[in-house]
Amino acid sequence: MSTPNIPMEKIVEKKPYFKYLRLNKMPTIWCPGCGIGQAFRATCMALDELGIPNDKVAMVSGIGCSSRTPGYFDGFTLHTTHGRAPTFATGLKLARPELTTIVFTGDGDALAIGGNHFIHAARRNIDITVVLINNWIYGMTGGQVSPTTPTGSYATTTPYGNYEPQFDVAKLAIAAGATYVARGTAYHAMELKKLIMDGIKHKGFSLIEVLSPCTIVYGRKNRMSIEEMYFWFKENTIPVKAWEKLPEEKRAGKIPRGVLYHDDSRPEYTELYWQKVKELSGGEK
Amino acid sequence: MAKLELKYGNHACAEAAIIAGCRFYAGYPITPSSEIAEKMAELLPKHGGVFIQMEDEIAAMGAVVGGSFAGLKSMTATSGPGFSLKQENLGYAFMVEAPCVIVNVQRGGPSTGLPTQPGQQEIMQSLWGTHGDKLIPVFYPGNVQEIMEETIRAFNWAERLRTPVVLLLDEVLGHMRETVDMAQFTPDKVEIWNRKMPDVPPEEYLPYKPGEDDVPAIAPYGTPGYRGHATGLHHDYTGFPTTDPEMCQELIDRLIRKVKNRQPELEKNEEYKLDDAEIAIVTFGTTARAAKTAVDLAREKGIKAGLLRVITIWPSPEETLNKLAKSVKAILVPELNMGQYVFEVERCARGEAPVYRLNRANGKIIYPHEILAKIEEIAKGGK
Ligand SMILES: Cc1ncc(C[n+]2csc(CCOP(=O)(O)OP(=O)(O)O)c2C)c(N)n1
Ligand code: SF4
Ligand SMILES: [Mg+2]
Repeated sequence: MSTPNIPMEKIVEKKPYFKYLRLNKMPTIWCPGCGIGQAFRATCMALDELGIPNDKVAMVSGIGCSSRTPGYFDGFTLHTTHGRAPTFATGLKLARPELTTIVFTGDGDALAIGGNHFIHAARRNIDITVVLINNWIYGMTGGQVSPTTPTGSYATTTPYGNYEPQFDVAKLAIAAGATYVARGTAYHAMELKKLIMDGIKHKGFSLIEVLSPCTIVYGRKNRMSIEEMYFWFKENTIPVKAWEKLPEEKRAGKIPRGVLYHDDSRPEYTELYWQKVKELSGGEK
Repeated sequence: MAKLELKYGNHACAEAAIIAGCRFYAGYPITPSSEIAEKMAELLPKHGGVFIQMEDEIAAMGAVVGGSFAGLKSMTATSGPGFSLKQENLGYAFMVEAPCVIVNVQRGGPSTGLPTQPGQQEIMQSLWGTHGDKLIPVFYPGNVQEIMEETIRAFNWAERLRTPVVLLLDEVLGHMRETVDMAQFTPDKVEIWNRKMPDVPPEEYLPYKPGEDDVPAIAPYGTPGYRGHATGLHHDYTGFPTTDPEMCQELIDRLIRKVKNRQPELEKNEEYKLDDAEIAIVTFGTTARAAKTAVDLAREKGIKAGLLRVITIWPSPEETLNKLAKSVKAILVPELNMGQYVFEVERCARGEAPVYRLNRANGKIIYPHEILAKIEEIAKGGK
């Protein structure tokens, strides 16, 4: 993004969340129409509304298009190895509990190669907010099948259609022990911001699954235009409250959005740990 | 005054880590290294540090880098299979210049191998286990007192050079009880080095701009104003990815050079009866203990044998080995593997002396009389 003539203060005045952007590192690597930017914007807006200063945020990612986000985020950022972001984030958060720690990850990153780390971070209920860009595909490597590719869709490694079942990301996280689980989409931008905000506010492991179009790779393989992909999210997802009221037979094919699970009663991991340290060491850190 | 204590090798490693200032440990249990984790689990919370048992060794290595970036001296310990799993994140630590110590208490390999028996099979892996070029310091103590010294030295160099440092232990050493003089490890006796901090104001801060020592001063994450980016991709001074060929080459050159240029300071060996030696043994760790006895036995038989015990195995003592080759008639490299460090000794000898091997990978140690037999054979002009 080139903004040569507009001073930063002027931009931030109008769009305060711009203060989280490393404008000098733009343009981003993302394709036109890609949904990752929506999730990134929602995250920055959420941080802004919560009033969390740049110096108090760490953003950690693995490898993939989604995982390129921290490069554009003006905080303490780590772009790590494929699937392992939750492990680096766990180390960082334990050592620096005062940092709001956000993991940006993809469906392949978090659920295939990094599935084990994802469920264990959830189990520990460590105060990390995971924004999982679920675009149903391995975007960065050119469109191979992922653990969330819908059955029947096409990927470069499923030329005859995908015959594997999909992970239900939210159910997986809830079963593993996450204490805040939400689902939004790149189409419902303002709702997404609210979901991420609540996830960051929540003390414990939060997952925000973001259904997001990979316009270039998934879209091309499955003959869907950018517009069709965004409209798909509009047509096929419904607010969870409405979904809950639907009779079982009408739920088929409808994906609930919103806060799917929220439990404030479980203790958070870093708090537990440092409490123990306080008892044992007399408070020194 | 000496303060003698009987200490278990793996516990010595943990205690020394605390003395060195280690305040972050992430691990995953594996024989024969688990006692290091167990000791750290007991000590760290009392010292205001972090201990966490992760879901696997990949995770442990990731967490260690996270802890290190937060500014804490960080460590993990493992053995063969776990060391293999750590490799990708170890390479990441090298690339992003995260100071950390990785202990590998070696057991017999390959694969699950011989979990409770000794092997020295990760000599090459400790340096070359990750993909891509790399140079990191690798230290190899030979007794329990030295485990303490080398653990502290490992932390010091990790911090000074902002690099992972590998500490190789032998299974028999990790599981050995020996006398340690704890008076050597009081705060006034131990030199502790810390990583350098940026000396520029936040506006001028470039996390990956190296100093004259080739080491960048990266601020701990969370330091107000000193925000930064780190990536395993080739990167520029801002830490942001680049594919500029000059910048990419400069980065890799520097990462290797910052360790290589320090080789003379990193070098550490023990020489035993080498002055007039005609047959030199070059080895490390506990195999050197058998070799020392073999030197004495050979000398009783009138064969002028000597020992060079290498403690900093990487970067290797290239010139020392070359000089040694020039001063002796033959070199013997006994090691508990099928022939690894011998390649480096041959390379450094540059043909100045023939280099012989004595190898084993069956979980049994090499005994002094076996080394003696080999020395006698070499002395007789056989092989
Ligand atoms: C260990 C390892 N294996 C494979 C890769 C190659 N790789 C890079 S990104 C990626 C998939 C990313 O997919 P996803 O997490 O869904 O992210 P997206 O690009 O779709 O946002 C793969 C397989 C890698 N970098 N490292
Ligand atoms: S390949 Fe797909 S996921 Fe990656 S940037 Fe392009 S549209 Fe987005
Ligand atoms: Mg994906």
